[in-house]
Amino acid sequence: MSTETLNDAHDSPDGHDAHHDHHIPKGILRWLFTTNHKDIGTLYLWFAFIMFLIGGAMAMVIRAELFQPGLQIVDPHFFNQMTTVHGLIMVFGAVMPAFTGLANWMIPMMIGAPDMALPRMNNWSFYILPFAFIILLSSLFMDGGGPAFGWTFYAPLSTQYSGDSTALFVFSVHIMGISSIMGAINVVVTILNMRAPGMTYMKMPLFVWTWLITAFLLIAVMPVLAGAVTMVLTDKFFGTSFFNAAGGGDPVMFQHIFWFFGHPEVYIMILPAFGIISAIVPTFSRKRLFGYASMVYATASIALLSFIVWAHHMFTTGMPVAAEMFFMFATMLISVPTGVKVFNWVATMWRGSLTFEVPMMFAIAFIVLFTIGGLSGLMLAITPADFQYHDTYFVVAHFHYVLVTGALFSIMAAVYYWLPKWTGKMFDITLGKWHFWCSLISVNVLFFPMHFVGLAGMPRRIPDYALQFADFNKWISIGGFAFGLSQLIFLALIIKACRKIGEPVSDQVWEGAEGLEWEVPSPAPYHTFSTPPLIK
Amino acid sequence: MVEEKYEKYYVPDQSIWPIIGAVALFLIAVGAGNFVIETTRDKSGYGFYTLMAGFVLLLIMLTGWFKNQIDESMSGLYSAQLGRSYRQGMAWFIFSEVMFFAAFFGALFYARTISIPWLGGASNNASTNEVLWNGFEATWPLLVTPADAITTGEASTKAMPWTGLPLINTALLLASSVTLHYAHVGLEKVKRTQLMVLLGATIVLGCIFVFLQVQEYVHAYVDLGLKLDSGVYGNTFFLLTGFHGMHVTLGTIILMVLFGRCWKGHFTPKEHFAFQAGSWYWHFVDVVWVMLFFFVYIL
Repeated sequence: MSTETLNDAHDSPDGHDAHHDHHIPKGILRWLFTTNHKDIGTLYLWFAFIMFLIGGAMAMVIRAELFQPGLQIVDPHFFNQMTTVHGLIMVFGAVMPAFTGLANWMIPMMIGAPDMALPRMNNWSFYILPFAFIILLSSLFMDGGGPAFGWTFYAPLSTQYSGDSTALFVFSVHIMGISSIMGAINVVVTILNMRAPGMTYMKMPLFVWTWLITAFLLIAVMPVLAGAVTMVLTDKFFGTSFFNAAGGGDPVMFQHIFWFFGHPEVYIMILPAFGIISAIVPTFSRKRLFGYASMVYATASIALLSFIVWAHHMFTTGMPVAAEMFFMFATMLISVPTGVKVFNWVATMWRGSLTFEVPMMFAIAFIVLFTIGGLSGLMLAITPADFQYHDTYFVVAHFHYVLVTGALFSIMAAVYYWLPKWTGKMFDITLGKWHFWCSLISVNVLFFPMHFVGLAGMPRRIPDYALQFADFNKWISIGGFAFGLSQLIFLALIIKACRKIGEPVSDQVWEGAEGLEWEVPSPAPYHTFSTPPLIK
Repeated sequence: MVEEKYEKYYVPDQSIWPIIGAVALFLIAVGAGNFVIETTRDKSGYGFYTLMAGFVLLLIMLTGWFKNQIDESMSGLYSAQLGRSYRQGMAWFIFSEVMFFAAFFGALFYARTISIPWLGGASNNASTNEVLWNGFEATWPLLVTPADAITTGEASTKAMPWTGLPLINTALLLASSVTLHYAHVGLEKVKRTQLMVLLGATIVLGCIFVFLQVQEYVHAYVDLGLKLDSGVYGNTFFLLTGFHGMHVTLGTIILMVLFGRCWKGHFTPKEHFAFQAGSWYWHFVDVVWVMLFFFVYIL
């Protein structure tokens, strides 16, 4: 930026200034070199959507193979690569970047900041991701195939029974981690340092609060993941024995290190969702959020507890009984702050003037279905019961309820909620409702029966299964294909919205919406709040 | 022109450097992955060259990016608020580094307090010891690994003593933190000679540290038979000290750049974020060494 642009910036305090828009660079270079939080947010969201479709296509391969018992479509090794890369893509390529995209778009606007605190680093964080996933995806085409050891890459699967492409998996995870850490640092610093005067911590929207805590978790645990993949690399290629008993190490140690990262990681994928739901529910209930302060404390409690529950993923590894008890009780404790949240959302709706616009439909579906996922999580937390559930489809059902109908539904709710603000036009509501109902029905056909086959003993990550699971699996696969196809409705809707087809919307967009982002024009100008607004 | 009560936050225009940095990391990741496969599996390929190309590109990117920032900073575009962003960003980056080392310290503690005693039959693992690793005894440093115990029964390595080189290195690094601190004091009190001499001394101490660390590795490999693959003792020793050594090297390079910038008079007693960040980084590396010295060498 030159000094001229600095000097001619007479923005009015509320950011209602369009004359900045003539500085928007044109063409592809706008997107490659951009330092604008809205551009980078858009890039993150599109990237996440593309990865969601690729990861979804892999899930279709999995469901096609599992449509009936026996091996018919793919060979088991390729099946394992599909389950592995599906998980890695959905976690690191779809859910996390989508939340980061929303953070980029919304946090500066919600706290009255001119941009993210470190705009150039913001661009760097984003552009690492496509390269990291090019490496990961192209490793599928190497000799011996890509990663086939599950997204959790347990040793010795990843250290002794894996292909040489593991080295590329390791370095691609390394640069994904660099991207996440830089993105998280940017979010933390933006929130701590860039709030407009008067925007005190307890006035911040919950989406900002949940992202602050999420970013802290990211900075704390992504480096531990980097440590874990490094040890896998040296164990596999340089003869170390961190995870090998012959040299004094222990494969179970891998699980401890991995899940010390992994458990906070699952909250990284759900805390921003809590923030989104806490924004949407009050809007369409036309009431203030019930229990704002308790929401903040609940989020912080969940984050702190997430550091002391990791071994509930490892109840069957033969830990001492005292450890099993500790991790069981610590895990069950998390249901208290989570319960506070669900209670508060329901209490917000209680006696509200409810309307059911598309974002609200997704938000309500989130509350109901995420709670189902939370309750099956509570079942899994009970150590003796987990001995039965461990590594079955019950676990698959559990984490897909929290991640698909939880995290993913919240992302869709957020996109529907803020899309008119981004484009200035109302999206195609009919298509949105079709998307919602098709997704809602198919996702339950897809994941609910997994509880039953899991309780009956069907193991996860297996390309073939016993005959008694055949009927349920047929329905699960049908639900899966339907859910996958339903997302094409979403794609069509988004493309239509990006081409700015639709009715113009007001600045506030939704009748009950409150917050700084609803006070700037729709579509939001390229630069908002070059001078901070005063918050009363 | 700018409102007086609010110092404008500098939002940079488009920049070419971040995407060049992303391409550099791409080349580094692809190059490193292929290089690892090619060296350990005796294959030929371009891994090494890709890796080096990545590093060169990264260096070009860092130079260009920092040059932009220095120019902006020198032309007075930066506000106090932006200074806080940089400081907070650096502090959180150092926190992430702490967590990276925590993973390896965690592995060390787990091996020492859980996996090795259990392999030796502690807790309820008597039969594991009896059946799988008969004759293995839990000790630290682990000189006779479980694999050694059931084959030769002899130690394949010797322990690295904490006296000698490690002790000298500890003294050097602690001294370097002191010299750097007083160099910083010199900067704040506009005592140029104190700044330049003590900053120079810190760089020399850092270089000697790295040199002696290399000597120690040679000693470990040649005289003690302590190698990267010498069981979990060698693993934790080399990965912890190795990553630390890489950080010292990087820290020394940062200090060298700062030396050049001090020479040119870039910093004022009030505004010297780059110096502060480099100094925080150096002190952090020093603290990690103290932890290493206790948990890897002495205890």
